[in-house]
Amino acid sequence: MQLPDSYRYSKDHEWVSDQGDGTVLVGITHYAQDALGDIVFVELPEVGAELNAEDDFGVVESVKTVSDVYAPVSGEVVAINDALEDAPELVNESPYQEGWIVRIKLSDPAEINALMDAAGYEAFLNDGES
Amino acid sequence: MVPFAGFEMPVQYQGIKDEHLAVRSAVGLFDVSHMGEVEVRGPDAIAAVDALVTNNVRGLVDGQALYTVMCAPDGGIVDDLIVYRLAEDHVFICVNAANRHKDVAFMREHLPNVDATLEDTSDHYVQLALQGPKAEALLKPLVDDADLSALKLFRCAWMQVAGVNALVARTGYTGEDGFELYIPGEGGAVVFDTLVERYVPNDLVMCGLGARDTLRLEARLPLYGQDLSAEINPLEAGLSWVVKLDAGHDFVGKAALETIKAQGVTRRLRGFRLEGRGVLRPGYAIFVDGRPVGELTSGGYAPTLDASIGLGYIDVEHTDVERAEVEIRGRRFPVQVSKKPFYSRPR
Repeated sequence: MQLPDSYRYSKDHEWVSDQGDGTVLVGITHYAQDALGDIVFVELPEVGAELNAEDDFGVVESVKTVSDVYAPVSGEVVAINDALEDAPELVNESPYQEGWIVRIKLSDPAEINALMDAAGYEAFLNDGES
Repeated sequence: MVPFAGFEMPVQYQGIKDEHLAVRSAVGLFDVSHMGEVEVRGPDAIAAVDALVTNNVRGLVDGQALYTVMCAPDGGIVDDLIVYRLAEDHVFICVNAANRHKDVAFMREHLPNVDATLEDTSDHYVQLALQGPKAEALLKPLVDDADLSALKLFRCAWMQVAGVNALVARTGYTGEDGFELYIPGEGGAVVFDTLVERYVPNDLVMCGLGARDTLRLEARLPLYGQDLSAEINPLEAGLSWVVKLDAGHDFVGKAALETIKAQGVTRRLRGFRLEGRGVLRPGYAIFVDGRPVGELTSGGYAPTLDASIGLGYIDVEHTDVERAEVEIRGRRFPVQVSKKPFYSRPR
């Protein structure tokens, strides 16, 4: 399982990477992209959108299914990954790096601490499979 | 793996896109043993089946296959089938897995009082589909006693495949050249293992239900349970070509279909191609000039086209439009409307 140590994770299989400037990158985990299969479309939010934690802010469509993406933290969308418009497969190929989906300016930095760390998420995944 | 009609079926092996493209460019192997088989035997076997289905079985010669539907008395589709005439007194029918028990009950109920018996032999056969432009080259070395190249489209013959007796049919559900093999008893595992050990992964790609769906959708082949159902008749489904109202014999649903034909259908099946990005899905509403005119029954991503396509029914007064809109999550997007397959294999 590929789980970057410095990231935080949600029960909806999103990851959060703290950029150290009050913003975070958000994407979906390796587990999520693997479960979805070949991703062929990512519906991105507008830059400037205000999100509350657990709001759905985008949609990931694979060949076989469609899945909402939920905001793991609250804040304003300050950037979206435009590269996904032409290359949605980046979410499959590089879920933790090039396949990031949005950059959010945190309205409550403490929310990050409520998310799981890598060990916690790994245990969460293992629980789900047993 | 997903449960489907009592079987545990793989949705994908290495990925739907890869599997799909392998069938278009080379060859893929599908284990479709979940499909049902029904055999009708006896001196009146052909007349018996002709009383159940809309197409004309008595026009077949030995070793010829026929696509048809079976309709309820009201004209609604009970199932779509491939009927194989193996001999004058032996008809072999491939039915959809999810419809197997319903079909067999329906056939028994409507079987005419002639000299023919009907048996559900689904558990007796392994069915493998070998599909793609390289299917013939791949299968040929495994066939000892027959000339595979001489088997024409929609023909079938018993052959020794990997030393095992198999009914080999040049049929499929992908829009490509290829074969469907019906292998009785233990022989199925022998053929499957031989193909896998000899060819996978270099020359043959294992394919799951996911690729089966995207391949059939590109080829505009309807799927029962989505594009065909008991609430849909074959005349609106674009299947008039398998309904032989002038055949000279009666079949279940004929009177209703004659009435529907005389009155005219109220909707027709059409193909839709999304012009921009996104994915069409079943259940999405179709609009013409801002008014709802129908809904998609199938939809998905088409790997060969790198676009999204769908099938759906639109009200008959709008069936000649070239463009329409489909609503996706509350927003409407332009689609092209077509009567033709999205993909046809190069000849």
